[in-house]
Amino acid sequence: MRSMLTPWPWKMAWRDSRSSRGQLLLFSASIVLGVAALVAISGFRANLKTALDSQAKSLLGADLALSGRQPLTGEAEALVDSLDGAQSREVRFSSMVYFPRSGGSRLAQVRAGETAFPFYGTVEVEPLHAPAQLDRGPFALVEESLMEQFRARPGDEVRIGARSFRIAGRLRQMPGESLGGSLFGGRVYIPLAYLDETGLMGRGNTASYRVYLKFEDEIEPTALLRRIGPQLLEFGLRAETVAERKARVGRTFENSADFLNLVGFIALLLGGLGVASSVHVYVKRKVPTAALLRCLGAKAPQTLAVYLCQALGLSLAGILGGILLGVGLQYFLPGVLADFLLVDIPFHLSWSGIAGAGLIGLILAWLFSIQPLLFVRRLSPLAALRMDYEAGRQPFDWAQWLVRLAIVAAILVFALVHTSRWTYALGFVLGLLISLALLAAAARLGMALIRRFFPGSWSYPWRQGLANLHRPHNQTVVLVLSIGFATFLVMLLYLVHQGLLGQIMKAGGKGQPDMVLFDVQGDQKAELADLLQGFGAPVLQEMPVVAMRLQSIRGKSVAQHLRDPGNTIPNWALRREYRSTYRGGLLENEELLRGSWPVGEGESGSPPLVSLDEGIARRLEAGLGDELAFDVQGMLVATRVGSIRRVNWRKVQPNFFVVFPPGVLEEAPQFHVLVTRAGAGSTAAAIQRAAVRRFPNVSVIDLALILKTIDEILQKVSFVLRFMALFSIVAGFTVLVGVIGNSRYQRLRESALLRVLGASRRQVFLILGVEYLCLAGVAAAGGVLLAWLGSWVLARLVFQSPFVPAFLPSLGVCLLVTAVTVLIGLLATRGLNRLPPLEALRAGAHRL
Amino acid sequence: MNTLASPVPPVLQVDRLTKRYRSGERLLTVVDDVSFSLGPGETCSVLGPSGSGKTTLLGLCAGLDRPTSGSVLLNGQHLGGLDQDRLAELRNRSVGFVFQTFQLVPTLTALENVMVPLELRGKPSRAWAVELLGRVGLEDRAHHYPVQLSGGEQQRVGLARAFVNRPRILFADEPTGNLDADTGETVIELLLEMNRDFGTMLLVVTHDLELSGKTRRILTLRGGRITSDRVPDSLRPPGQVPEQTLSGAARDSAAIESDPA
Ligand SMILES: Nc1ncnc2c1ncn2[C@@H]1O[C@H](COP(=O)(O)OP(=O)(O)O)[C@@H](O)[C@H]1O
Ligand SMILES: [Mg+2]
Repeated sequence: MRSMLTPWPWKMAWRDSRSSRGQLLLFSASIVLGVAALVAISGFRANLKTALDSQAKSLLGADLALSGRQPLTGEAEALVDSLDGAQSREVRFSSMVYFPRSGGSRLAQVRAGETAFPFYGTVEVEPLHAPAQLDRGPFALVEESLMEQFRARPGDEVRIGARSFRIAGRLRQMPGESLGGSLFGGRVYIPLAYLDETGLMGRGNTASYRVYLKFEDEIEPTALLRRIGPQLLEFGLRAETVAERKARVGRTFENSADFLNLVGFIALLLGGLGVASSVHVYVKRKVPTAALLRCLGAKAPQTLAVYLCQALGLSLAGILGGILLGVGLQYFLPGVLADFLLVDIPFHLSWSGIAGAGLIGLILAWLFSIQPLLFVRRLSPLAALRMDYEAGRQPFDWAQWLVRLAIVAAILVFALVHTSRWTYALGFVLGLLISLALLAAAARLGMALIRRFFPGSWSYPWRQGLANLHRPHNQTVVLVLSIGFATFLVMLLYLVHQGLLGQIMKAGGKGQPDMVLFDVQGDQKAELADLLQGFGAPVLQEMPVVAMRLQSIRGKSVAQHLRDPGNTIPNWALRREYRSTYRGGLLENEELLRGSWPVGEGESGSPPLVSLDEGIARRLEAGLGDELAFDVQGMLVATRVGSIRRVNWRKVQPNFFVVFPPGVLEEAPQFHVLVTRAGAGSTAAAIQRAAVRRFPNVSVIDLALILKTIDEILQKVSFVLRFMALFSIVAGFTVLVGVIGNSRYQRLRESALLRVLGASRRQVFLILGVEYLCLAGVAAAGGVLLAWLGSWVLARLVFQSPFVPAFLPSLGVCLLVTAVTVLIGLLATRGLNRLPPLEALRAGAHRL
Repeated sequence: MNTLASPVPPVLQVDRLTKRYRSGERLLTVVDDVSFSLGPGETCSVLGPSGSGKTTLLGLCAGLDRPTSGSVLLNGQHLGGLDQDRLAELRNRSVGFVFQTFQLVPTLTALENVMVPLELRGKPSRAWAVELLGRVGLEDRAHHYPVQLSGGEQQRVGLARAFVNRPRILFADEPTGNLDADTGETVIELLLEMNRDFGTMLLVVTHDLELSGKTRRILTLRGGRITSDRVPDSLRPPGQVPEQTLSGAARDSAAIESDPA
């Protein structure tokens, strides 16, 4: 390495590259995409941070937001009123909305608010003056996606409960909405003044009551919260400040940016493999020169330095290209992520991001190129005197292993920086190494199988093409790795997406329930059942629902838990409204894990035994026999955990965290849920229309709506994922082009020789085609198999669903990847036939 | 055909062949107005200093490149009128090659290498390839890959491959250039022996005076021009004048011939 500090190796490196500069640049192309991804993502992250800082207040729309599950009581009202500053109230709830013009209806999120809100940020709406109209009468702003679904236009009517509103405008973005809100869509804003006229409040509808506050500059929301925090907790009010919202949004993006970074990093690693492989070919070609330098008196380190200088120069060129491309990508990234962004992202360069990405690119590219170059140290000057020098088996070389170790360490450090958790980083490195090892094994196995079972009677070009995969210095494994890994990523994304959708589809199988009507009042039950019967939809299940809150766990009150800094129970589990039911037995989609059910009578005087879903039991850290006290709308009910159930949540039917035994809740205020099967989409729509008109308070969810919502989310998420998958595919193909470009001289000589011996152009072409075909076939098949394995693991461990191999799409992906690889391969080797075969006769054809 | 009483037509007839390369601004004449012809079974070596255009001439004769002007008649066919694939077919059927750098396909065994020309034609005959390997003394190395063979052995495989299609014409470009003297001698023996047995016309570029001394005719090339065309001293009866000495330049060719390639 010290030799690199002297000028000679640099001068020599420059001169030595003369004959092949253009080609050498090809192998720096391998790392361009990886570096570009890292530059783009870190730049984007920096831009996002600036945007969050400068637009933080518009994320919340106010300085402080309070929310509770009940209308403010007198004391709470007094507390809120005592706070200086402007106020705006809002009530949020879900309800059916009905569009009379198209006759469509669906469950939507209604926000009844005051136009003072938002205090910060702008409402993106069309026409612009629409929000002001909500001050003037019964107007509504309807979210764009909802308008599109029912082909509604401004000026149309929308009915919510007993009240009609005129649509004032189409809403795109409202400050203060969380990320989830924009994903789920379906929001309708109405004036708070008309809330009562909908007649929906107090009929079993659970709503969130919010107060938005805007303070004078001197008031610090965080300090204020410290003062009034305990009181808010007492009134069941949750507070959120701008800082908290910003941190929450920031975290979401940090997580996704880390994920994107890892994908970019994988692209860089594939590129690194490409570099290693190209350098490997290159250095074999340089053996005579290197040996000659040794003969002329250059020391081994000096000779190595010449090639290290070249590698460094090439890495720098690749990194420069990557940075330029990355900055371009960064410019377009906000467009790709538009659906997830709550703020406008300004564009500016992040020098630290560029430097970071450049550095990691340089380190990796260099480590990867050092590895094959180290062999130059061992090169005997004798090689200059011998033609067709073939190094025998190299003895153990500690430096090789040191470099390999350094590569793994660099990957680990990178993963650690981006996941900031040892377990994740180790998981990433292990997962990566295992996938690559499996792919490499698949490549070897595939080659062996082809070799073993290839019909010997096939024509010569087929056999020669196949034999080419085993040519000396072949890069078969590297190509299979890069193409196979890209295929793996693409296929895995596809399988997971399909698996998720497929599960939900299956929920709608024959005879299965596909529609749930909830918030049904006791006196509406019979009439609604009749209405359903009229449409030929039987009531399959009917359950009572009682709303309650947790009061205490094992004698420690929820408020105490919340105040306890060591509390590990998630807040939502403590504060949420539990909608529980009561019944005597298990449903068919339930499975008893522990305890017994049905629970007999229990001893008289002892608390009733309830059954918990296993997930909520884990969150509440509650086991069999633990005491849970519930506040059932003012009445305290002490219970004990009598059993733990596992619930298959994927059925279209209401499921409950807590199930009470009969004989406890019968007298509590309750409403009912009816489950039915509507069948055809038109019947479902007709039922919804009729139900909404007769019982405005009843909400309907049907399978179609669930599917649509999930599909919308998946669409948006998978767009980003697909972008990354596409990226890795392109990275794989860049490696392909680079590697093929670098072994071009080899192919050139081979095909020139064949043509001297009388091969036609078609035959030469066919031989190359067969070579790429086998290569791509093995890579694609390996990638798909690995994706199957991956999605099988995910299905078993994460989604707990059966694994669906999706044969036809897998075949499609295989064929597509293979076809593109063959095409790119042939394009990268085109021109072979244009050179006169005379070149084969010239011993000095190395420069080609 | 044999009703015509004319002499046997040549298998290779080169007529005013010229090849120029553009190198930057300059136009480099590498083969300059060369004419000669060779009959069936005739042997001829080409001598000349390095860079005098020997390889280029050989390539033009075999249709491996297009001349700038002039024509080549190979086995009765005008090369100028054939496209790349027809040229390849002609080579495959009637031409054999031996290279200085052996040029074996590294992914194929010795036997497979020998079979390539037959395979390309779609008529592989394993037995014949094995027999040829036997003739060059390599029957027990048939399944070895080129890297497992010494230079001399590789060149013998190259010889077997050159003769596998029973060519009427054989081109060899410095076949002993990469071999030591003893090995080179073995290869020369084999080459000439097989050439005789198959009745092949041989055009061989060489620096090896031993080899050129055994061909019936010697062309000397300088700067792309033929400067002498003679019968080797060893084949000439003592006292006889060289047949077609073109100029006195031939006299210093011996000095040039020993130039390294
Ligand atoms: N493609 C080419 N472009 C330019 N010059 C060439 C090319 N091929 C060969 N030459 C030149 O033609 C001359 C003759 O080359 P060659 O036939 O290989 O000589 P020989 O085989 O006698 O050593 C050399 O000076 C060489 O530099
Ligand atoms: Mg030559």
